[in-house]
Amino acid sequence: MNEINSFKKGIKAGLPICVGYFPVSFAFGIFSVENGLSVLQAVLISLTNLTSAGQLAAVPIMVGGGTVVELILAQLVINSRYSLMSVSLSQKLGKSVKLLDRFLIAFGNTDEIFAVASSNKEYVGRKYMYGLILTPVTGWVSGTLAGAVAGNILPDIVTSALGLAIYGMFVAIVVPVIKEEKWTALCVALSVVLSCIFYYAPVLKEIPTGFTVIICSVLASALFALVKPITIEEIKKEVTDNG
Amino acid sequence: MDNTKFFIYLIAMAGVTYLVRMVPLVLVNKPIKNKFILSFLYYVPYTVLSVMTIPACFYATNSYISAVVGFLVAVVAALFKRSLVQVAVFSCVAVFVTEVFLNYV
Repeated sequence: MNEINSFKKGIKAGLPICVGYFPVSFAFGIFSVENGLSVLQAVLISLTNLTSAGQLAAVPIMVGGGTVVELILAQLVINSRYSLMSVSLSQKLGKSVKLLDRFLIAFGNTDEIFAVASSNKEYVGRKYMYGLILTPVTGWVSGTLAGAVAGNILPDIVTSALGLAIYGMFVAIVVPVIKEEKWTALCVALSVVLSCIFYYAPVLKEIPTGFTVIICSVLASALFALVKPITIEEIKKEVTDNG
Repeated sequence: MDNTKFFIYLIAMAGVTYLVRMVPLVLVNKPIKNKFILSFLYYVPYTVLSVMTIPACFYATNSYISAVVGFLVAVVAALFKRSLVQVAVFSCVAVFVTEVFLNYV
Protein backbone atom coordinates (compact mmCIF):
# COMPACT_ATOMS: atom_id res chain seq x y z
CA MET A 1 0.00 0.00 0.00
CA ASN A 2 1.19 3.49 -0.79
CA GLU A 3 1.29 6.43 1.57
CA ILE A 4 -0.38 9.78 1.03
CA ASN A 5 1.75 12.50 2.49
CA SER A 6 0.64 15.82 1.05
CA PHE A 7 -0.12 18.71 3.40
CA LYS A 8 -2.44 20.21 0.80
CA LYS A 9 -4.45 17.00 0.49
CA GLY A 10 -4.72 16.89 4.26
CA ILE A 11 -6.00 20.47 4.43
CA LYS A 12 -8.53 19.69 1.72
CA ALA A 13 -9.70 16.49 3.42
CA GLY A 14 -10.10 18.43 6.67
CA LEU A 15 -12.34 21.06 5.11
CA PRO A 16 -15.67 19.23 5.51
CA ILE A 17 -14.76 18.54 9.13
CA CYS A 18 -14.01 22.22 9.64
CA VAL A 19 -17.42 23.13 8.22
CA GLY A 20 -19.12 20.51 10.37
CA TYR A 21 -17.27 21.61 13.50
CA PHE A 22 -18.18 25.28 13.22
CA PRO A 23 -21.83 25.05 14.34
CA VAL A 24 -21.04 22.50 17.06
CA SER A 25 -18.30 24.63 18.56
CA PHE A 26 -20.46 27.72 18.02
CA ALA A 27 -23.03 26.10 20.28
CA PHE A 28 -20.29 25.28 22.78
CA GLY A 29 -19.20 28.94 22.79
CA ILE A 30 -22.73 30.12 23.56
CA PHE A 31 -23.12 27.44 26.23
CA SER A 32 -19.84 28.35 27.96
CA VAL A 33 -20.55 32.08 28.16
CA GLU A 34 -24.11 31.46 29.32
CA ASN A 35 -22.65 29.32 32.11
CA GLY A 36 -20.31 32.06 33.25
CA LEU A 37 -17.00 31.35 31.53
CA SER A 38 -15.17 34.17 29.79
CA VAL A 39 -14.70 34.22 26.02
CA LEU A 40 -10.99 33.47 26.43
CA GLN A 41 -11.68 30.56 28.77
CA ALA A 42 -14.14 29.01 26.30
CA VAL A 43 -11.62 29.36 23.47
CA LEU A 44 -8.82 27.85 25.60
CA ILE A 45 -10.94 24.81 26.42
CA SER A 46 -11.64 24.21 22.73
CA LEU A 47 -8.02 24.75 21.73
CA THR A 48 -6.63 22.30 24.28
CA ASN A 49 -9.29 19.58 24.23
CA LEU A 50 -10.89 19.11 20.82
CA THR A 51 -13.72 16.97 22.12
CA SER A 52 -17.33 18.07 21.85
CA ALA A 53 -19.04 15.79 24.35
CA GLY A 54 -16.16 16.02 26.83
CA GLN A 55 -16.16 19.80 26.74
CA LEU A 56 -19.93 20.07 27.12
CA ALA A 57 -19.77 17.82 30.17
CA ALA A 58 -16.85 19.73 31.67
CA VAL A 59 -18.40 23.22 31.78
CA PRO A 60 -21.12 22.44 34.35
CA ILE A 61 -18.55 20.65 36.53
CA MET A 62 -16.22 23.65 36.36
CA VAL A 63 -18.76 26.36 37.04
CA GLY A 64 -20.57 24.19 39.59
CA GLY A 65 -17.35 23.99 41.60
CA GLY A 66 -16.94 20.23 41.07
CA THR A 67 -13.75 18.47 42.13
CA VAL A 68 -10.84 17.89 39.78
CA VAL A 69 -11.27 14.12 40.31
CA GLU A 70 -14.87 14.39 39.14
CA LEU A 71 -13.75 16.29 36.06
CA ILE A 72 -11.04 13.74 35.28
CA LEU A 73 -13.43 10.79 35.68
CA ALA A 74 -16.01 12.42 33.42
CA GLN A 75 -13.38 12.97 30.73
CA LEU A 76 -12.11 9.40 31.06
CA VAL A 77 -15.57 7.95 30.62
CA ILE A 78 -16.59 10.19 27.74
CA ASN A 79 -13.26 10.16 25.93
CA SER A 80 -12.06 6.59 26.43
CA ARG A 81 -13.27 5.73 22.93
CA TYR A 82 -10.31 7.69 21.59
CA SER A 83 -7.98 4.96 22.90
CA LEU A 84 -9.65 2.51 20.58
CA MET A 85 -9.37 4.96 17.71
CA SER A 86 -5.70 5.58 18.47
CA VAL A 87 -4.92 1.84 18.36
CA SER A 88 -6.73 1.67 15.03
CA LEU A 89 -5.02 4.80 13.70
CA SER A 90 -1.61 3.44 14.77
CA GLN A 91 -1.95 0.80 12.05
CA LYS A 92 -2.84 3.39 9.45
CA LEU A 93 0.16 5.68 9.89
CA GLY A 94 2.82 5.48 7.17
CA LYS A 95 6.61 5.34 7.42
CA SER A 96 7.02 9.12 7.39
CA VAL A 97 5.39 9.30 10.84
CA LYS A 98 8.12 9.38 13.50
CA LEU A 99 7.80 9.17 17.28
CA LEU A 100 7.54 12.95 17.75
CA ASP A 101 4.84 13.06 15.07
CA ARG A 102 2.86 10.46 16.99
CA PHE A 103 2.89 12.70 20.06
CA LEU A 104 1.55 15.59 17.98
CA ILE A 105 -0.95 13.63 15.86
CA ALA A 106 -2.43 12.10 19.03
CA PHE A 107 -3.59 15.57 20.04
CA GLY A 108 -5.76 15.81 16.92
CA ASN A 109 -7.24 12.30 16.89
CA THR A 110 -10.90 13.33 17.11
CA ASP A 111 -13.85 11.20 15.97
CA GLU A 112 -14.03 12.98 12.63
CA ILE A 113 -10.30 13.27 11.91
CA PHE A 114 -9.96 9.59 12.76
CA ALA A 115 -12.90 8.82 10.48
CA VAL A 116 -11.43 10.66 7.51
CA ALA A 117 -7.91 9.28 8.07
CA SER A 118 -9.34 5.74 8.22
CA SER A 119 -11.38 6.22 5.06
CA ASN A 120 -8.19 6.44 2.95
CA LYS A 121 -7.17 3.29 1.14
CA GLU A 122 -3.50 4.26 1.51
CA TYR A 123 -1.35 4.72 4.61
CA VAL A 124 -1.45 8.31 5.89
CA GLY A 125 1.78 10.29 6.22
CA ARG A 126 2.83 13.01 8.64
CA LYS A 127 2.23 16.02 6.39
CA TYR A 128 -1.20 14.73 5.39
CA MET A 129 -2.13 14.24 9.06
CA TYR A 130 -0.95 17.73 10.03
CA GLY A 131 -3.10 19.23 7.27
CA LEU A 132 -6.03 17.03 8.23
CA ILE A 133 -5.75 18.25 11.84
CA LEU A 134 -5.08 21.94 11.13
CA THR A 135 -8.28 22.78 9.23
CA PRO A 136 -10.70 21.21 11.74
CA VAL A 137 -8.85 22.77 14.71
CA THR A 138 -9.24 26.16 13.04
CA GLY A 139 -12.97 25.56 12.60
CA TRP A 140 -13.35 24.26 16.15
CA VAL A 141 -11.58 27.20 17.79
CA SER A 142 -13.02 29.96 15.59
CA GLY A 143 -16.52 28.49 15.99
CA THR A 144 -16.12 28.61 19.76
CA LEU A 145 -14.90 32.21 19.57
CA ALA A 146 -17.77 33.26 17.31
CA GLY A 147 -20.35 31.56 19.50
CA ALA A 148 -18.91 33.02 22.69
CA VAL A 149 -18.74 36.55 21.25
CA ALA A 150 -21.73 36.76 18.96
CA GLY A 151 -24.15 34.41 20.70
CA ASN A 152 -27.32 33.75 18.80
CA ILE A 153 -26.65 35.40 15.44
CA LEU A 154 -27.52 32.27 13.49
CA PRO A 155 -31.25 31.63 13.26
CA ASP A 156 -32.30 28.54 15.19
CA ILE A 157 -33.40 26.72 12.03
CA VAL A 158 -29.92 27.07 10.50
CA THR A 159 -28.16 25.74 13.62
CA SER A 160 -30.60 22.86 13.64
CA ALA A 161 -29.84 21.94 10.03
CA LEU A 162 -26.08 22.18 10.61
CA GLY A 163 -26.48 19.77 13.52
CA LEU A 164 -26.68 16.91 11.03
CA ALA A 165 -23.48 17.82 9.14
CA ILE A 166 -21.14 15.61 11.17
CA TYR A 167 -23.47 12.63 10.94
CA GLY A 168 -23.82 13.16 7.19
CA MET A 169 -20.05 12.80 6.96
CA PHE A 170 -20.07 9.58 8.94
CA VAL A 171 -22.76 8.20 6.64
CA ALA A 172 -20.65 9.19 3.62
CA ILE A 173 -17.75 7.15 5.00
CA VAL A 174 -19.61 4.03 6.09
CA VAL A 175 -22.32 3.54 3.44
CA PRO A 176 -20.15 3.10 0.30
CA VAL A 177 -18.09 0.44 2.10
CA ILE A 178 -21.00 -1.58 3.44
CA LYS A 179 -22.62 -1.44 0.01
CA GLU A 180 -19.63 -3.37 -1.41
CA GLU A 181 -18.74 -5.64 1.52
CA LYS A 182 -21.36 -7.98 2.91
CA TRP A 183 -19.48 -8.88 6.10
CA THR A 184 -18.73 -5.29 7.04
CA ALA A 185 -22.40 -4.51 6.44
CA LEU A 186 -23.49 -7.31 8.79
CA CYS A 187 -20.97 -6.18 11.39
CA VAL A 188 -22.23 -2.58 11.18
CA ALA A 189 -25.84 -3.80 11.38
CA LEU A 190 -25.06 -5.68 14.59
CA SER A 191 -23.30 -2.66 16.11
CA VAL A 192 -26.28 -0.45 15.28
CA VAL A 193 -28.74 -2.90 16.86
CA LEU A 194 -26.58 -2.96 20.00
CA SER A 195 -26.35 0.82 19.97
CA CYS A 196 -30.15 1.14 19.85
CA ILE A 197 -30.55 -1.37 22.68
CA PHE A 198 -28.10 0.59 24.83
CA TYR A 199 -29.87 3.83 23.94
CA TYR A 200 -33.43 2.80 24.72
CA ALA A 201 -33.44 -0.22 27.03
CA PRO A 202 -34.06 0.43 30.72
CA VAL A 203 -30.95 0.20 32.94
CA LEU A 204 -28.65 -0.02 29.89
CA LYS A 205 -29.57 3.52 28.85
CA GLU A 206 -28.13 4.79 32.14
CA ILE A 207 -24.63 3.79 30.95
CA PRO A 208 -22.74 6.91 29.83
CA THR A 209 -22.51 7.32 26.03
CA GLY A 210 -18.72 7.19 26.17
CA PHE A 211 -18.85 3.60 27.42
CA THR A 212 -21.74 2.62 25.16
CA VAL A 213 -19.75 3.54 22.05
CA ILE A 214 -16.90 1.29 23.17
CA ILE A 215 -19.05 -1.64 24.31
CA CYS A 216 -21.12 -1.78 21.11
CA SER A 217 -18.29 -1.31 18.65
CA VAL A 218 -15.93 -3.70 20.44
CA LEU A 219 -18.58 -6.44 20.73
CA ALA A 220 -19.59 -6.27 17.07
CA SER A 221 -16.04 -5.89 15.73
CA ALA A 222 -14.65 -8.71 17.89
CA LEU A 223 -17.45 -11.10 16.96
CA PHE A 224 -16.95 -10.49 13.26
CA ALA A 225 -13.17 -10.67 13.59
CA LEU A 226 -13.76 -14.23 14.89
CA VAL A 227 -16.46 -15.18 12.39
CA LYS A 228 -14.95 -13.50 9.34
CA PRO A 229 -11.28 -12.59 9.85
CA ILE A 230 -9.86 -10.29 7.22
CA THR A 231 -6.19 -10.24 6.29
CA ILE A 232 -4.17 -7.34 4.95
CA GLU A 233 -3.83 -9.29 1.68
CA GLU A 234 -7.59 -9.55 1.35
CA ILE A 235 -8.04 -5.86 2.07
CA LYS A 236 -5.40 -5.03 -0.55
CA LYS A 237 -7.11 -7.32 -3.04
CA GLU A 238 -10.46 -5.65 -2.47
CA VAL A 239 -8.85 -2.29 -3.01
CA THR A 240 -7.42 -3.43 -6.34
CA ASP A 241 -10.68 -5.11 -7.37
CA ASN A 242 -12.79 -2.12 -6.55
CA GLY A 243 -10.72 0.43 -8.25
CA MET B 1 -14.80 32.30 36.51
CA ASP B 2 -11.64 32.76 38.56
CA ASN B 3 -8.56 32.17 36.37
CA THR B 4 -6.42 30.23 38.86
CA LYS B 5 -9.15 27.71 39.48
CA PHE B 6 -9.96 27.61 35.79
CA PHE B 7 -6.40 26.69 34.81
CA ILE B 8 -6.29 23.79 37.29
CA TYR B 9 -9.47 22.42 35.70
CA LEU B 10 -8.15 23.09 32.21
CA ILE B 11 -4.85 21.28 32.77
CA ALA B 12 -6.58 18.27 34.38
CA MET B 13 -9.11 18.03 31.58
CA ALA B 14 -6.76 18.58 28.67
CA GLY B 15 -4.21 16.23 30.26
CA VAL B 16 -6.64 13.30 30.54
CA THR B 17 -8.07 13.83 27.07
CA TYR B 18 -4.57 13.96 25.58
CA LEU B 19 -3.27 10.89 27.45
CA VAL B 20 -6.26 8.81 26.36
CA ARG B 21 -5.34 9.57 22.75
CA MET B 22 -1.57 9.62 23.03
CA VAL B 23 -0.69 6.50 25.02
CA PRO B 24 -2.09 3.93 22.53
CA LEU B 25 -0.82 5.87 19.51
CA VAL B 26 2.74 6.00 20.85
CA LEU B 27 2.86 2.50 22.39
CA VAL B 28 1.40 0.63 19.42
CA ASN B 29 4.08 1.58 16.93
CA LYS B 30 4.68 -1.73 15.13
CA PRO B 31 2.47 -3.32 12.50
CA ILE B 32 0.16 -5.80 14.22
CA LYS B 33 0.46 -9.34 12.76
CA ASN B 34 -2.23 -11.13 14.76
CA LYS B 35 -5.07 -11.98 12.36
CA PHE B 36 -7.80 -11.52 14.96
CA ILE B 37 -6.59 -8.09 16.06
CA LEU B 38 -6.07 -7.00 12.45
CA SER B 39 -9.59 -8.00 11.53
CA PHE B 40 -10.93 -6.40 14.67
CA LEU B 41 -9.20 -3.14 13.82
CA TYR B 42 -10.46 -3.38 10.25
CA TYR B 43 -14.07 -3.41 11.48
CA VAL B 44 -13.62 -0.83 14.27
CA PRO B 45 -13.85 2.45 12.28
CA TYR B 46 -17.13 1.39 10.67
CA THR B 47 -18.73 0.17 13.88
CA VAL B 48 -17.57 3.16 15.94
CA LEU B 49 -18.95 5.65 13.41
CA SER B 50 -22.21 3.74 13.03
CA VAL B 51 -22.73 3.44 16.78
CA MET B 52 -22.11 7.17 17.20
CA THR B 53 -24.54 7.98 14.36
CA ILE B 54 -27.49 5.71 15.17
CA PRO B 55 -29.68 6.56 16.97
CA ALA B 56 -28.00 9.83 18.15
CA CYS B 57 -28.37 11.59 14.77
CA PHE B 58 -32.15 11.37 14.98
CA TYR B 59 -32.00 13.76 17.93
CA ALA B 60 -29.44 16.17 16.46
CA THR B 61 -31.96 18.61 14.95
CA ASN B 62 -35.07 20.43 16.15
CA SER B 63 -37.45 17.72 15.03
CA TYR B 64 -36.80 14.06 14.60
CA ILE B 65 -38.75 14.05 11.34
CA SER B 66 -36.26 16.45 9.77
CA ALA B 67 -33.39 14.38 11.17
CA VAL B 68 -34.76 11.17 9.63
CA VAL B 69 -35.20 12.93 6.27
CA GLY B 70 -31.68 14.35 6.48
CA PHE B 71 -30.26 10.93 7.38
CA LEU B 72 -32.05 9.20 4.49
CA VAL B 73 -30.85 11.86 2.04
CA ALA B 74 -27.30 11.29 3.31
CA VAL B 75 -27.61 7.53 2.80
CA VAL B 76 -28.89 7.95 -0.77
CA ALA B 77 -26.17 10.50 -1.59
CA ALA B 78 -23.55 8.16 -0.12
CA LEU B 79 -24.89 5.22 -2.16
CA PHE B 80 -24.23 7.37 -5.23
CA LYS B 81 -20.68 7.84 -3.89
CA ARG B 82 -20.88 11.62 -3.44
CA SER B 83 -17.98 13.24 -1.57
CA LEU B 84 -18.04 13.86 2.19
CA VAL B 85 -18.80 17.57 1.72
CA GLN B 86 -21.58 16.91 -0.75
CA VAL B 87 -23.24 14.31 1.47
CA ALA B 88 -22.99 16.61 4.50
CA VAL B 89 -24.38 19.59 2.57
CA PHE B 90 -27.25 17.58 1.03
CA SER B 91 -28.29 16.26 4.43
CA CYS B 92 -28.21 19.74 6.01
CA VAL B 93 -30.25 21.21 3.16
CA ALA B 94 -32.74 18.35 3.52
CA VAL B 95 -33.12 19.12 7.23
CA PHE B 96 -33.55 22.83 6.51
CA VAL B 97 -36.19 22.29 3.81
CA THR B 98 -38.07 19.78 5.96
CA GLU B 99 -38.14 22.15 8.93
CA VAL B 100 -39.28 25.08 6.80
CA PHE B 101 -42.02 22.82 5.48
CA LEU B 102 -42.99 21.62 8.99
CA ASN B 103 -42.99 25.12 10.47
CA TYR B 104 -44.49 27.28 7.78
CA VAL B 105 -46.55 25.11 5.45
